[in-house]
Amino acid sequence: MSGFEHLTPLILTVITASTPLLFAAAGELVTERSGVLNLGVEGLMVTGALAAFAGTYVSGSAIIGVLCGALAGVLMALVFAALTLSLLANQVATGLALTIFGLGLTSLLGSGFIGVTVENLPKLYIPGLSEIPVLGPIVFGQDAMVYLSFACVGGIGWVLARTRVGLILRAVGASHDSAHALGYPVIRIRYMATMFGGAMGGIAGSYLSLVYTPMWAENLTAGRGWIALALVVFSTWRPGRLVVGAYLFGAITVIQLHAQGLGVAVPSQFLSMTPYLVTIMVLVVISRDRLKIQLNAPACLGRSFHPAQ
Amino acid sequence: MIRLVPRRQRSRAMVWGAPLLAVALTLITGGLTFAIMGKPMGAALFTFFVQPLTSVYGVSELIVKASPLVLIGIGLSLGFRANVWNIGAEGQYTFGAILGGGIAIFFHDSTSPFLLPAMLIAGAVGGMAWAAIPAFLRTRFNANEILVSLMLTYVAVLLLSYLVHGPWRDPDGYNFPESRLFPEAGTMPVLIEGTRVHMGVFFALIAVGVALLLGKGLTGFKLKLVGLAPEAARFAGFSETRIIWFALLAGGGLAGLAGVIEVAGPIGQLIPTISPGYGFTAIIVAFLGRLHPVGVLLAGLVMALTYLGGETAQIEIGVPAAVTGLFQGFLLFYLLACDVLIRYRVHILIGKAAR
Repeated sequence: MSGFEHLTPLILTVITASTPLLFAAAGELVTERSGVLNLGVEGLMVTGALAAFAGTYVSGSAIIGVLCGALAGVLMALVFAALTLSLLANQVATGLALTIFGLGLTSLLGSGFIGVTVENLPKLYIPGLSEIPVLGPIVFGQDAMVYLSFACVGGIGWVLARTRVGLILRAVGASHDSAHALGYPVIRIRYMATMFGGAMGGIAGSYLSLVYTPMWAENLTAGRGWIALALVVFSTWRPGRLVVGAYLFGAITVIQLHAQGLGVAVPSQFLSMTPYLVTIMVLVVISRDRLKIQLNAPACLGRSFHPAQ
Repeated sequence: MIRLVPRRQRSRAMVWGAPLLAVALTLITGGLTFAIMGKPMGAALFTFFVQPLTSVYGVSELIVKASPLVLIGIGLSLGFRANVWNIGAEGQYTFGAILGGGIAIFFHDSTSPFLLPAMLIAGAVGGMAWAAIPAFLRTRFNANEILVSLMLTYVAVLLLSYLVHGPWRDPDGYNFPESRLFPEAGTMPVLIEGTRVHMGVFFALIAVGVALLLGKGLTGFKLKLVGLAPEAARFAGFSETRIIWFALLAGGGLAGLAGVIEVAGPIGQLIPTISPGYGFTAIIVAFLGRLHPVGVLLAGLVMALTYLGGETAQIEIGVPAAVTGLFQGFLLFYLLACDVLIRYRVHILIGKAAR
């Protein structure tokens, strides 16, 4: 039993590391399913992280903080949507711009929050259940955001697969011309999907600055937005597989951090490289099968739509 | 209500008008940003955008900062034309600096005139090698080059950090994470006494010239065709694989060269941070310069000014240097928005007409 008790804190940190990836990737999945490729997830996350931190600091409530984070993500996504959907700008370039802008904006506005601490998100506690050894703290002792992340993935999966809204969204992503011909407002639907992705990216950032670190530092996302993008490819655009991917990466991140702490003979920099190298390996393994990607990727991914054309 | 009406032809005037409009809008937004920060708008703008250009030292620093941006921007613009999105130039720059700098550290007693050329070649080869990874994985395994090249940036920066903290740390450096200073024979000759302007400027200009010639030749045509009409390119028998390799190797080679030039020039040794984000800013340079060599040259100077202006404004009026990143973001946003004018006419409908 004692071996398992050592394992519990490890699993708890894996959950903390995986949750932001799951939020961000789930949001991006919805955006991409509508045919919009928003490469600015890193920008969404870093803006959300600062907004949530500042919101919590000012209001004293982490819930208001998370709402601020989500709102910041929506506003950033709205800029992206206005440029790519209304002004038909290149989605790749605009996504990069969103990241560059987000990193610049937050390092300017965030300088006053370095070294400040805020209240953490409260953890669930059910007398009895949360005290069960090993399973108790893992299943019944998380903060609300962890449960929300699973609820979101489940909800997204259900909406995409089983509802009319999901069907329309997938139709817009698969063929915007057909969807337009059927009378669906392609641009409006894409705006909504992009803003949903923005909210989720903002929430993901909130979790980083409020729970994972928990503090504000410049560039605190450290490439997690890009890893979330890779996770969407890894999942072949299916929500269920996102959970596997996000927890795989969460585990790798935590294990390499623990290895650094234990003083493994490998230099820390090489251990820090592992999440990035694993991302590349995973991309290669998934993308190798061209047919699988072609069958699953939204056919209009990254393409602009102008009804007059 | 705004409606976009497609033009029959791309507007040539707008191709070059859009970046000018974007710069103007950035200036206005920049002024408002300063005003929000409680700084006098006009004076702050002057300090940021004009004052650096009023001294010989300022102009020389502008050239020093523009050189790597132009070198990398030229390489990236070749790839972007073909829709090959190498956004890991920062990593290729870093790996070029590691390989080229490694030679200077290994031969730190050398006085040979061949040391610097060997370093420059190693730098370019290093950048190409780093870019060859996404090229191989894209052409062989269909892996997205955007994500692979970006992930490799983190890897290269961590590798540099390991080297300067570990095996390449200066034995006489009081444990600072820095390599030895490069020997005299391994540093870029300074062109103008009293400034930091070095030979690297020539490499940037040569790159512009070569890219101009390339643009007029068959390779330039192939790049453009693959980007604009991939089906037609395939029909014409142009190999997409080759184009991807060419685009990434050219981009990586120039980024690697820029990296080694920077460490052999203004920096003079390997340190953990060798770039203020040149590899990412060069993406903006490529777009602002319309993916055209001369445009990239001009855009490189404009973006170098944002770095210099940020430094000047920090010293003179106490604005955080981070405004540089913000202004660069604004500029790219405005540029992308203004680019709609190239292919579309904007009709603004008011009142009844809107319905």
